[in-house]
Amino acid sequence: MSRYLVRRLLVAIPTLVAISLVIFTILALAPGDPLSDLALNPAVPPEVQQRLRESMGLEDPVPVRYARWATSLAQGDFGYSFQTRSPVSDLLVQRLPITLAVLGSAYVLAILIAIPVGVISSVKQYSIFDNVATTTAFIGFSLPTFFTGLLFIMLFSVKFGDWGLPTLPSVYRSTVDGEGLAGVWDRLQMMIMPITVLGLFQAAILTRYTRAAMLETIHMDYVRTARAKGLSSRVVVFRHALRNALIPVITIIALGIPTIFTGAVVTEQIFRIPGIGALLITSIQNNDTPVVMAITFIFSILVVVFNLVADILYGVLDPRIKYE
Amino acid sequence: MSEASAAGTGENLAQLGTLRSQKARSLWSDAFRQFRHHKLAMGGAILLLFFILMVIFGPVLYSGEVRGIDFGVGYENPSLEYPMGTTHEGHDIFARVMWGGRISLAVGVAAMAVAIAIGTTIGAISGYFGGFVDSALMRFTDLFISLPVLPLLLLIIYLFRDTMRNTFGILLGNFILIVVVIGALAWMPVARLVRASFLSLKEKEYVEAAHCIGAKTSSVMLRHIMPNVMSPIIVAATLAVAQAIITESTLSFLGLGFPPDVPTWGRMLNDASDYVAIHPVMVIFPGLAIFLTVLSINFVGDGLRDALDPHRTV
Repeated sequence: MSRYLVRRLLVAIPTLVAISLVIFTILALAPGDPLSDLALNPAVPPEVQQRLRESMGLEDPVPVRYARWATSLAQGDFGYSFQTRSPVSDLLVQRLPITLAVLGSAYVLAILIAIPVGVISSVKQYSIFDNVATTTAFIGFSLPTFFTGLLFIMLFSVKFGDWGLPTLPSVYRSTVDGEGLAGVWDRLQMMIMPITVLGLFQAAILTRYTRAAMLETIHMDYVRTARAKGLSSRVVVFRHALRNALIPVITIIALGIPTIFTGAVVTEQIFRIPGIGALLITSIQNNDTPVVMAITFIFSILVVVFNLVADILYGVLDPRIKYE
Repeated sequence: MSEASAAGTGENLAQLGTLRSQKARSLWSDAFRQFRHHKLAMGGAILLLFFILMVIFGPVLYSGEVRGIDFGVGYENPSLEYPMGTTHEGHDIFARVMWGGRISLAVGVAAMAVAIAIGTTIGAISGYFGGFVDSALMRFTDLFISLPVLPLLLLIIYLFRDTMRNTFGILLGNFILIVVVIGALAWMPVARLVRASFLSLKEKEYVEAAHCIGAKTSSVMLRHIMPNVMSPIIVAATLAVAQAIITESTLSFLGLGFPPDVPTWGRMLNDASDYVAIHPVMVIFPGLAIFLTVLSINFVGDGLRDALDPHRTV
């Protein structure tokens, strides 16, 4: 197991190198660079510009620039933000926790909804429950998160107020002054809508896959054998069928990580959550290249890490999968 | 006695003959029969057709204010004059939804074409030739799967937007950029699908027969194997259109798709996000347009999946 882990980690490194190459190539191919604004400034003579560019290494060949960028990246140095002049890593440390909190809770919510609903749907195939669940899931993943987000605000923040019901805050405030439990509740309230919007979308996708995977395993011979030898249907469904059905579901959960990042960027934009997705959008609007590149790379690292986690979970779920 | 029965058989044969002379059932007509039985898919197809006709002919038949600002007619609710109301700036939402639909559907179809072209080429080459080519191409596909799509889309569009605008003009430059980038980041599932089909089909007897009669590699791939891979590709293509429409709307919603004065559905929702409380129709109609389009395309894709699968009968 530990040898397998080391080997998978070693395989992840070339992937990350390749991703960093892709990101760097895109940047190298793009027109303009951080100092191109200077060319428009009549107060800076061309020789000075040239010297500035040379001192910053902008005139070096692309491979040299890549090597320099990659070595500092490997040391955790993402450079400095053009906008705030602070180290990019500081910005990331500030912004990352809240994004991971929202993403993590949304994914947990999605799994908590999708797996039971998918299992019941498949066990009672073509029942009313199954039909309602399947149709809802179909509608759910055709609804983009930016539309549901706005609908949620319209309903829970605006209409609920009109009807005299308690409302949820539509916009995140980082300055919550409540203390103790009241403060915790204030914070929680602001997270309910983003987590629900993101979680329900992901749940819709996962329900479909869980149901399909369960329908495949539930008709297998070993499931029939388990029933035939008199095991209770709960044990058959959860121990025999579900455990095997979970393998494709885990794949979908791991492959869904990039999708949920997209959702995070959108929900952070709608609910004004000061997370890494909102930072990405503001950085793009401000031409803050080091921050944009760092966030793109951080997202890639997270995707690679979650694929690794999925690989390890396969072995836990199915002992037949050998780590060699 | 025997004569009579012989005559009877002859009549039966003649009857059979008339039956046979009816139109032959091809795979596609079979698929269409299956598809018609799928109620939701038919509903989706009809709704989709209605949307397509509406965005093509709507702007010709119905002339509402799309770009010009007139605060005098702002914040109207749906009425006979403005079927979907007006925005805070007095734009006609109905006219804008139809204009936006043109762009969204065009982007969806074009990006799908890009994704299918790349995916089919890579998958076919990978599955047919196998060996080193296959493993190299599959590593390449795996790499693309682990790329974070949205940040990369945003990064590429942000870096290349100005160049494309200067070379091709504002609307066309943006269109090409968005279509190519969405397509180039969405071909991976298609490549895997086509590769898997090619892997199993290239071992079939009819492919061997084609080789024996001296068919060229390209004709074996295109004329003999490709038609048998069409059904999964068609299903993937349908779902890719829906995906591309959502991606484009997300980009526009984040303010990084088309320029602000081009009324795409995502852009309209972006404008609406500040008016959720005061003027909800600004959110509801463009949102419904995206939702219903994507939903109907997904239903059509689902119906096609069932109809094109020979193992399933409805």
